[in-house]
Amino acid sequence: MMANIKDYSSIVGQAVIDELFLLADKLKGKVIQNVNSTAVGGGVAEILSRMINLLRQLGVDARWDVIKGDEKFFNITKKMHNALHGVDVEVSLKELMYFQEVNRQNAKEMDLCGDILFIHDPQPIALVEQKETLGKKWVWRCHIDFTTPKEEVMAFLKLYIEKYDSAVFSAPAFARKLSIPQVLISPSIDPLSDKNRELPQEVINSVLDRFGIDRTRPIVTQISRFDYLKDPIGVIEVYKRVKKHIDCQLVLAGGGATDDPEGAKVLEDVKNAAADDPDIHVLLLPPASDIEINALQRASSVILQKSLKEGFGLTVAEGLWKAKPVIASAVGGIPLQIAHKYSGILTHSIDGTVHYLKQLLYEPGYAQRLALNGKEHIKNNFLITRHIRDYLLLFLSLYHEDDIVGLNEMGL
Amino acid sequence: MEKAFRFFSEAHCVMLLGIKSRNPIQLLEGIKKVPSSSIYYHTHRFLQQHYRVSPEPPNDFAYWITNILGLRELGESITSVDIINIDSLEDLRKEYVTRLENHILSGEYISDCIEGHEFHFFDCKTFVYPTPFIAKDVDELREDLEKVHINSLCFHIFEPKLRYQRRENDFSAWLRNIGEEKLADQISRLDPYAFTLEGLRQKIIRILGRDD
Repeated sequence: MMANIKDYSSIVGQAVIDELFLLADKLKGKVIQNVNSTAVGGGVAEILSRMINLLRQLGVDARWDVIKGDEKFFNITKKMHNALHGVDVEVSLKELMYFQEVNRQNAKEMDLCGDILFIHDPQPIALVEQKETLGKKWVWRCHIDFTTPKEEVMAFLKLYIEKYDSAVFSAPAFARKLSIPQVLISPSIDPLSDKNRELPQEVINSVLDRFGIDRTRPIVTQISRFDYLKDPIGVIEVYKRVKKHIDCQLVLAGGGATDDPEGAKVLEDVKNAAADDPDIHVLLLPPASDIEINALQRASSVILQKSLKEGFGLTVAEGLWKAKPVIASAVGGIPLQIAHKYSGILTHSIDGTVHYLKQLLYEPGYAQRLALNGKEHIKNNFLITRHIRDYLLLFLSLYHEDDIVGLNEMGL
Repeated sequence: MEKAFRFFSEAHCVMLLGIKSRNPIQLLEGIKKVPSSSIYYHTHRFLQQHYRVSPEPPNDFAYWITNILGLRELGESITSVDIINIDSLEDLRKEYVTRLENHILSGEYISDCIEGHEFHFFDCKTFVYPTPFIAKDVDELREDLEKVHINSLCFHIFEPKLRYQRRENDFSAWLRNIGEEKLADQISRLDPYAFTLEGLRQKIIRILGRDD
């Protein structure tokens, strides 16, 4: 069930909700038309369905259209997606021309009626060719990790990106040298979703019992898909070194191994590294395990996110939101979420993680202080209400050049 | 109503400048060329985002120098720039430039940060808007201050001097205007950079309640 915007006031305060209504009011009369490539499945569709619903409740005329494409088109866009992630794949000129052709066909069939065309990810990026004819404001929203893109694909996309009025990225490292303004909008978590809402203690207990986890001893948890970049083997080493001093348990839980050959290999390596230690719980969770993830995070004494590379790393925000002390690698978007020794711990090595994990398990008072600061930081900066505010400000910024903009009661 | 205090609030649309630094020399180059709104953002972001946490470190430059480059002495020097006694963002920029240049010219060893930990320069477009809170006297000002969003406090305390070239914060200016010189002086004397924003809010509320 979709949340009501007013339900968030008990979490973030009425002043935050009032601010959203005030900003939304300045967009009265403007149509915000979102375009992406899928209506269901995937993170972007999930974010859009929540966002559109909440924006409409705020009085913003937000709409959502999806481009059409055949298998060939989506195979090409998948290759482009991988290339943007730095994977060494080649996209041929013929494929790029087909990509362009499908975009042009969509542009002919779609009613591009928005005052602001908010285009998500590379698949529909070439719709901006219509800007010359239609005018309007065009924004490109990049949801993917853009740290080390393949230059040829990047050069092709740049031809389109620079036709937009603004581009939006999720982390500072994704910024490029572009001739258009680049806006930073971090992702967010939804405190009312199954993954993050409060859970009754009985639910938490039943999840622990189901997985055979002891409720009386400290639980150290890392939630992530089974991927070498999340360093699950490193986490097991950390646990083994800490276990010599503190009788704790380790939970490594996540999905993603079923349809990914490398994921299956990682899972096998993790199980081998765990060997026959009954206090290491390796849990391969099926999709739609949000309640289980929520319960495992809430039951944890300390949460780890020892990634070697990370996009944004929203599991950190999830852990902090549950007022859990988090030790995480200083990679990707994690340093935006944790200020070292203020709202959690940032580490760079296995040694460092061992040191701080022992410290937080020995000093629960200190761990709790970090956790509460972390929760406060997430509340103010990484909940969906902040995300909506950033989108409203982005839309408003398209109509204002100055660095200080006074919004009076007359609207835009 | 002529002398009423209208609370305004602010929100920042954060822009990425695509400029990054790996060491103090590149940080200096960046500080010299970014827009003044970028200097404002990097010296106030931490306070606004961590408004209940310890007031240190008050700016992004100092945090990066201390925690990423490990240059504690330089970090302390950048942390301790007395922003409250600086009248404009250009003067603030000059102060950072001087301190960084002194460090670089002192011949200290300069090394790059590890990859992925570069300092990224941001900028901000600040939207300012009226809130429904209007105070007609000191008691109403105190009551409203308890209710407004923390960004409203930021706007009335930090922005007037640095971005609007006013002599002092908006609360003190208004209090002076209605003849409350003593309260105005008490608030004006505070160094807001040495508080958390929540701590500052409570301190001003106590002053307005004449409890301090």
